[in-house]
Amino acid sequence: DQVLHIVPETFQQVQHLQHLCSTLLLDLWKPLLPEDIWAGEDLHIRVPAPLVQELKDSLDQHMISYKVLIPDVQELVDRSTPRERSSHRQVPEGYVYTQYHPMEKIYQWMTQIQKSNSELVTQHYLGKTIENRTMYYLQISQPSDKTKKIIWMDCGIHAREWISPAFCQWFVKEILQNYKTDSKISRFLQNLDLYVLPVLNIDGYIYSWEKDRLWRKNRSPHMNGTCYGTDLNRNFNSSWGSIGVSYNCSSEIFCGSGPESEPETRAVAQFIERKKSDILCYLTIHSYGQYILTPYGSTTKPPSNSEELMYVAEKAAAALMGKYGTSYEVGPTSLILYSNSGSSRDWAHMIGIPFSYTFELRDKGTHGFVLPPDQIQPTCEETM
Amino acid sequence: DIDDVGHKYHLELVLEDILDKDSTVNCTAEVLYHLGNKNIAPDVQFTIEGELKNTDEADNTFYNRIKSLEKELVAENIPDSHGNVSPEMEPIRLLAWVASGYVIWQNSTENTKFQLAQIKHVKQVKRSDEYLEFDYMILLHEMVSQEIFPWQMTVLWHPQHGVQVTQDSRQPKHALE
Repeated sequence: DQVLHIVPETFQQVQHLQHLCSTLLLDLWKPLLPEDIWAGEDLHIRVPAPLVQELKDSLDQHMISYKVLIPDVQELVDRSTPRERSSHRQVPEGYVYTQYHPMEKIYQWMTQIQKSNSELVTQHYLGKTIENRTMYYLQISQPSDKTKKIIWMDCGIHAREWISPAFCQWFVKEILQNYKTDSKISRFLQNLDLYVLPVLNIDGYIYSWEKDRLWRKNRSPHMNGTCYGTDLNRNFNSSWGSIGVSYNCSSEIFCGSGPESEPETRAVAQFIERKKSDILCYLTIHSYGQYILTPYGSTTKPPSNSEELMYVAEKAAAALMGKYGTSYEVGPTSLILYSNSGSSRDWAHMIGIPFSYTFELRDKGTHGFVLPPDQIQPTCEETM
Repeated sequence: DIDDVGHKYHLELVLEDILDKDSTVNCTAEVLYHLGNKNIAPDVQFTIEGELKNTDEADNTFYNRIKSLEKELVAENIPDSHGNVSPEMEPIRLLAWVASGYVIWQNSTENTKFQLAQIKHVKQVKRSDEYLEFDYMILLHEMVSQEIFPWQMTVLWHPQHGVQVTQDSRQPKHALE
């Protein structure tokens, strides 16, 4: 494509140029409209490559002189396009969101995310795990003079559910990449703060990378180190120890020695307790099963706002299905899944957080916990 | 509810071909869970409406490939931690899925929901006859208890004679370490 510079001398030349612009659908750079072409005034037209010769012939025929301002538009565009490694990159360059990452990489990612998005993101200390690792959450918050309600989301409470931390990372990336251009997201952030805990059960997650891919619980030692791990999602103070648990450490659903016996549970509970009057929604991400679960697991008695809870959840499931046709079942855990007590979702609702949901992401058992990486993107996109 | 016998369920379901999502076939089934002795597998009767796809070509390709191996096939962690399965191992995994279906059926009650989670280990066993034999160590995930059960199963297969689980036994949790 070329850009030509023409100064029409007569009214006939102006008319001819206007005719050419409209019949050949040329791209007027100056002026903007054909009706503003005047004799004696500068005219800049971009001509698509296939039409360049035809146009020049026509100009010659009508004795209209021209100069080539830009001989190759594409070349100019290429030269001036900022390269990938610009300092305005919102997300860490090269971070692959369609792969599973070990904990050290996730720690690095959090630091990097905060660095490249410091106007919106701050990393905060939440607590320590039983093996003394630091738990961090990310706060995504648009500066404003009004106090905003909070949406809390945690991932990776069960070690083997790798798609869960993958989703939290994806979620953060999506928000940061699109908040300026996506009106839904920018409206969100005007009114709400997002708090994201990418990996709650850090010790367990690391253990599932290094030793046992199907590990579920945390790594707290019991019985003199002969048995390990409490199910953190049975350890919260919501009808703790009453149903759907085991008091035996060797079980996958061991509820611990008491409610909030685990440091990871306490770290989350203490924080949420402190902020509870501002928290609108508590989300906890698991896999697998394709469910959106509402309270309660410990009883079939419906929560006080169960109609509203169900309405919102059903809307979410419908939106999710709209993307790739994936179907999610919606309802109280005790009715559609199994009974359990001490879950974080039940606890959040019991202390007064109105909207509390557990998401069980893909799939329905074909791959189960070991979901192949090519499903990370569609799972995250539909859940988003 | 059937007094003194157990609980019977009537099911209408759609079977979907894992390898061809558009290929489906309707199925009706009756499942009877026995009262009392939980160690008996539930009774299952079923009718398939229509025909299942013919898989002769793929079956024979796989059969001949294994038959022509110089050394017995050995593999572990299918899928791997990240969920990947190499193309050569896909049939091995599919075979395990089918065979584990039998093990799951034999060990199911109204309160269990089993899925095959992973193949920890598989070893081909040499045979003098035309059958292929594989010794699998699989992990079954049970949804309600969230437990992982290591399970050993010996699987026989032949393109014309189908799948048979000749031996299976639950393993202690620490069988993997």
